[in-house]
Amino acid sequence: MPSKSAQEDDTVVLNAEGLSSAYGDRGVLHDVSLSVAKGEIFVIMGASGSGKTTLLRHLIGLSMPSSGEVTLLGKRLSTINKDELYELRKHIGVAFQGGALINSMSVIENVELPLRQHTALDNSTIRIMSRMKLDMMSLDDAENLMPAQLSGGMLKRAGLARAVVMDPHLLFFDEPSAGLDPVTSAELDELIIGLRNALRMTVVVVTHELESALKIADRIMVLDEGRIVALGTVDEITQSADPRVQSMLHRQVRARRPGDEAYLDHLTETDEP
Amino acid sequence: MMDVLSPLISLGRTSISALQELGRMGIFFAVAVRQIFVRPWEFGLILQQLRFVGARSVIVIAVAGAFVGMVVALQFYDVLVRFGSVSLLGSAVGWSLVRELGPVITALIVIGRAGSATCAEIGIMRTDNQIDALECMAVDPYRYLIFPRLVAFLIAVPLLTAVFNVVGIFGGWFVSVAVFRVSQGAYFQSMADTVLLNDLVMGIVKSVVFSVLIAWICTGKGFLMHLNQGMVFGAEGVSRATTDAVVAASISVLFADYIVSAIML
Repeated sequence: MPSKSAQEDDTVVLNAEGLSSAYGDRGVLHDVSLSVAKGEIFVIMGASGSGKTTLLRHLIGLSMPSSGEVTLLGKRLSTINKDELYELRKHIGVAFQGGALINSMSVIENVELPLRQHTALDNSTIRIMSRMKLDMMSLDDAENLMPAQLSGGMLKRAGLARAVVMDPHLLFFDEPSAGLDPVTSAELDELIIGLRNALRMTVVVVTHELESALKIADRIMVLDEGRIVALGTVDEITQSADPRVQSMLHRQVRARRPGDEAYLDHLTETDEP
Repeated sequence: MMDVLSPLISLGRTSISALQELGRMGIFFAVAVRQIFVRPWEFGLILQQLRFVGARSVIVIAVAGAFVGMVVALQFYDVLVRFGSVSLLGSAVGWSLVRELGPVITALIVIGRAGSATCAEIGIMRTDNQIDALECMAVDPYRYLIFPRLVAFLIAVPLLTAVFNVVGIFGGWFVSVAVFRVSQGAYFQSMADTVLLNDLVMGIVKSVVFSVLIAWICTGKGFLMHLNQGMVFGAEGVSRATTDAVVAASISVLFADYIVSAIML
């Protein structure tokens, strides 16, 4: 049984301290801190608009938070330059929601791209390594297809194959189950657990799917409107007394009815500044 | 009070966002050009883009060149015949093609054909997170996506201009010599006498300037589409960015045409 908490394995591979972020005047993240240990599957959960995608972009250095600090594999992202960031990214893999395959290249060319760019391996070795990753994702029949010819689930798996082709220490996965049927989604969950168990990869998953989160996670962080609502092991989360966590667990509609007066104000609101 | 100020407020907002975009595009261009010093160059991608921008435009450019050359000869014949100087027809056709029409019309066709497609392609890569994915794979999108396109436009546009000029000169020859019976010797001799190295240089300078403008604006508008104010994502965002790029590139080409002419004449 893999470790269920960060304390058992204290090698922290990802740490975020007091992240806050805003689009214009609208705050997206408020003082979010987290810490992910080596070999852990850490799930960031939240509804759409909870700030989880923004958080992910900060964690991988695609955008900078307005305040706070991310430490990725021991490097503080705010202090390193572009070359150091690229060097660091060779050790992380990111699987995007829609796969984000380069649409002018075939599936296998996409998977080969990181190896071609960052290693001096010869073509046949690169081909073999890429095929191994595609086989792992059951995409061995699809290697010569173009991204436009793939289904949503295949795109996600191809994106995952590309993300792990360099055998990264740390894998980020954005919405593995969004838009997939339950069976495909369960297969992806198995793949994520398999990657961790087989390759000792640390995995950070962003999702809004409760079922998948409870199945794969060692620890879960629940985000709501940019704030951490709960953070703990699966058991701690399911037993949480917090009403927002409870409503999420039982799929209740969030109670967000404003007072009568505020509601009247909202109805009679005009666009004038 | 608000009503009095609102035109001023919107003027201010528009100017600020225009300046911001200009600044972003300037930084974009500087970073893209700096890739000259970054190894390795993606020769495969440069060739691929050359094929798309250059080789696949040759037919369109040649057909356009033929018709433009023919119509220029037709128009000038009508004027010159009144002064009894049809022997200058070759000179008129050569001059107008090499100095003005060749570079400008080639640039406008390239914007419509390859520029718009480039902008849309990069815009889609932006909305689909493909550019973020490249970043995450530690592949610099400026080196991998933008620079090869910049080089391809820089090589292809002057060459296409040359094709346009040559075909245009023969289009003019067809109308002058075959239709209006101007002597073939007069057509080519008057061209050779008046179209000098200076004129060729002006044409080349123009096509190089235009190629840089087209590549810059068309890749930049697509690459930065997520930052532009009021830009919506998805299909509509890409279509807006592409329309913007085509308009901005065309206007810039015509503006630059005037500037280069004014400086070099």
